[in-house]
Amino acid sequence: MIFITVGTDRPFDRLVKVVDNWVQRTARNDVVAQIGRGGWRPQSMRAVEFIEPPEFARYFQQADVVISHAGMGTILSALHHGKPLIVMPKLASLGEHRNEHQTATARKMVAIHGVAVAFNEVDLENQLDRISELEPPRKIGQSASDSLLRGVREFIFH
Amino acid sequence: MSTQKPKVLAISSGGGHWIQLLRLKPAFAGCRVTYATVREGYENDFDGAEFALIHDGNRWSKINLLRSAAAVFWLVLRIRPDVVVTTGAAPGYFGCVFGRCFGARVVWIDSIANAEKLSASGLNARPFAHLWLTQWPDLESDSGPRYIGSVI
Repeated sequence: MIFITVGTDRPFDRLVKVVDNWVQRTARNDVVAQIGRGGWRPQSMRAVEFIEPPEFARYFQQADVVISHAGMGTILSALHHGKPLIVMPKLASLGEHRNEHQTATARKMVAIHGVAVAFNEVDLENQLDRISELEPPRKIGQSASDSLLRGVREFIFH
Repeated sequence: MSTQKPKVLAISSGGGHWIQLLRLKPAFAGCRVTYATVREGYENDFDGAEFALIHDGNRWSKINLLRSAAAVFWLVLRIRPDVVVTTGAAPGYFGCVFGRCFGARVVWIDSIANAEKLSASGLNARPFAHLWLTQWPDLESDSGPRYIGSVI
């Protein structure tokens, strides 16, 4: 199963349209998309606007690959579950987000094994055509780094 | 250290901010923690600790921002935390401001999403934060935020 998620904030029609075209072209029937409130309705895959957290976690566990905006929530979930991930940053210049931090996040993600980065629609099409070659990332645990936990703890119990 | 467990308010907006906040959970062992965020359904993410739902707000909608500020104000007034810990964004900023007003010590952890520059809310929170952190070593500086690790 392929799980698409564009975050809880705004829709991400550019991403959904590219994936929908690809699904139509490849005739896949195992793609589910969370498209955001008022998002463009895809024709070739199942779509819901918003998914409650417990259900979101279930989709994540079932997914073979996750395709998403470059939001840290989704990225952290993919790393935690060890799911191969394709991310494309939302752009503030196109009204998809409030600022351009997703592009900064995406640039950092290029270095992480198991995360494929698409900076635009053409990149995304190329990544989708190579989807079977994606490898899962190394799983991360449930908690922050020891040094951050220790620092916060020392601050609390100073 | 007194025998009283420290009261911690762990507060953030939804989505990635909230997921990052939950990754700090082990740091709060032995504290009385209230987790506060903006979306229903998130209380399922943990058990035991108190959970408060607050109104969402971002810098682009003044009314929402005011409602969020008011919600956080009342929450801080009710809890009177010893420490406020936040991963942003707007509700976390309000947690810093009102927490500081009521005598709490304040930790701002800028979201790991802000890999090339600090967030606007992070910059705004600076005067209120006793511990002001970035999650990227490149962004640490003598006059800027400290780096002591990340949520990964």
